Amino acid sequence: MSAVMITKKVRKWEKLPGKNTFCCDGRVMMARQKGVFYLTLFLIVGTCSLFFAFECPYLAVHLSPAIPVFAVVLFLFVIAMLLRTSFSDPGVLPRALPEEATFIEMEIEAANGNVPAGQRPPPRIRNVQINNQIVKLKYCYTCKIFRPPRASHCSICDNCVDRFDHHCPWVGNCVGKRNYRYFYLFTLSLSLLTIYIFTFDIVHVVMRSVDNGFLKTLKETPGTYPFNHSPKKTTVLVCFFTLWSVVGLTGFHTYLISLNQTTNEDIKGSWSGKNRVQNPYSHKNIIKNCCEVLCGPTYPSVLDRRGMMQEDSSVSATPAAPSSSPSSSSSNPVTQTTKTTAPLIPNEHTPEDAKPSIAASAEKSCSPKEELPPDSELPPDSKVPPLASPETDAEASIIKDKTH
Amino acid sequence: MAETHSLQDMRQQAAVAAKVFIQRDYTNGTVCQFQTKFPSDLETRIDKQQFEETVRTLNNLYAEAEKLGSQSYIEGCLACLTAYTVFLCMETHYEKVLKKIAKFVQEQNDKIYAPRGLLLTDPIERGLRVIEVTIFEDRSLTR
Repeated sequence: MSAVMITKKVRKWEKLPGKNTFCCDGRVMMARQKGVFYLTLFLIVGTCSLFFAFECPYLAVHLSPAIPVFAVVLFLFVIAMLLRTSFSDPGVLPRALPEEATFIEMEIEAANGNVPAGQRPPPRIRNVQINNQIVKLKYCYTCKIFRPPRASHCSICDNCVDRFDHHCPWVGNCVGKRNYRYFYLFTLSLSLLTIYIFTFDIVHVVMRSVDNGFLKTLKETPGTYPFNHSPKKTTVLVCFFTLWSVVGLTGFHTYLISLNQTTNEDIKGSWSGKNRVQNPYSHKNIIKNCCEVLCGPTYPSVLDRRGMMQEDSSVSATPAAPSSSPSSSSSNPVTQTTKTTAPLIPNEHTPEDAKPSIAASAEKSCSPKEELPPDSELPPDSKVPPLASPETDAEASIIKDKTH
Repeated sequence: MAETHSLQDMRQQAAVAAKVFIQRDYTNGTVCQFQTKFPSDLETRIDKQQFEETVRTLNNLYAEAEKLGSQSYIEGCLACLTAYTVFLCMETHYEKVLKKIAKFVQEQNDKIYAPRGLLLTDPIERGLRVIEVTIFEDRSLTR
């Protein structure tokens, strides 16, 4: 039974595996759970609005107009850093395409040799020497790659992230190589903003009490406060609690930056010093470490979210055809390779990142294959044999006839 | 007689025989470098020196992109002061070098690899993880 191929162009972000959400046609990339991020935004904007509305008029008049101006600048910087952290790609590593995955599997098999039946194959680890330290590279069963040093798989976003620091629910995204500096500047500027607002709230109370008498100030409702000081109480309260957590976090990350470590490494104690293990990435110089992390080159995203790719959906009369789902593979001549996909070794259960079976991940990794230039069109009358391929790889199910 | 295959012809006519993946070399840390070890599958197709030269040039280009020098520091500080809005109008140094790399890969493909029935894929298309070398079936048309 022949099937009609319908080719349409889609943006690559629509077909990316992983649990991210995308907005603005792929320009914005976040984690799925965004509730806490909205809370963060609300707290910052809300508290600052109260400050600007109720404190700043008095302070501008009685102290200096520079105070609210500087507060506005700081506020805008905080919001800019927050949005930059939340909306950018943290450094996600794209999953291996099937050929690459097969190639790696075969290398692993070759390295392991013959494993006697019934015995577990050894764990998939590659040892690499970096600056006289042996670093173990672990194999990621979801992404089918050996993770680069310092990369880790985020189970919330279901992606391997380069230089993975942590997944931050407050910003609604992972913090990794590409957005760590924005995250740090966000916490730093937020600390400064919180301290600033807190200080001027206190200054305001003091100044008013000097004018009116302290206890009277706390009790009375002067003309400019229609709500009996509750805006100031709210501001002070929020600032007080935020202060300890945010300033503490900033301090912690300053410490990590000076040592060129990630939160992930710190928690796992990778370079804690036992067995003479030292951080091989540190320059052993605080200034140099800070410069590298904060002023180093800005790495581009390797995801190409807004690139175009072909998406084929075949409309087949056969009800059993799995390609009736719209997300079939893009066209590719690779399926003609004489090197057939080797039967993949069943997944080993790894303690940290156990992922479901290869079938599920193969389905998920419906990745674009760019053998053809993006704008090449499929011959509209190409006949497609019935989809009887037993392979779980969805992409291998459509075979193009290229002979001419 | 040397026949030049255009890339389009090759992709449309030739069948892919195999793919070789040049892995990353992490001995110097997390900087983007690729192994210069010559894969055995390419022995019949291309000269070892030629191939290693290509990989070495790529490595040098990536090192240039990731260099921690005064230029990157100035760029970083300037960007920070403008809350990174400067990148809306300016290209980062890394992006400029990536363009150079793309041109270099294209050039290498046209001059050296396509006539030998090979195709280099720009590492950025594979997440800077591997250099993918596609080996097309030898139709005995080369040379």
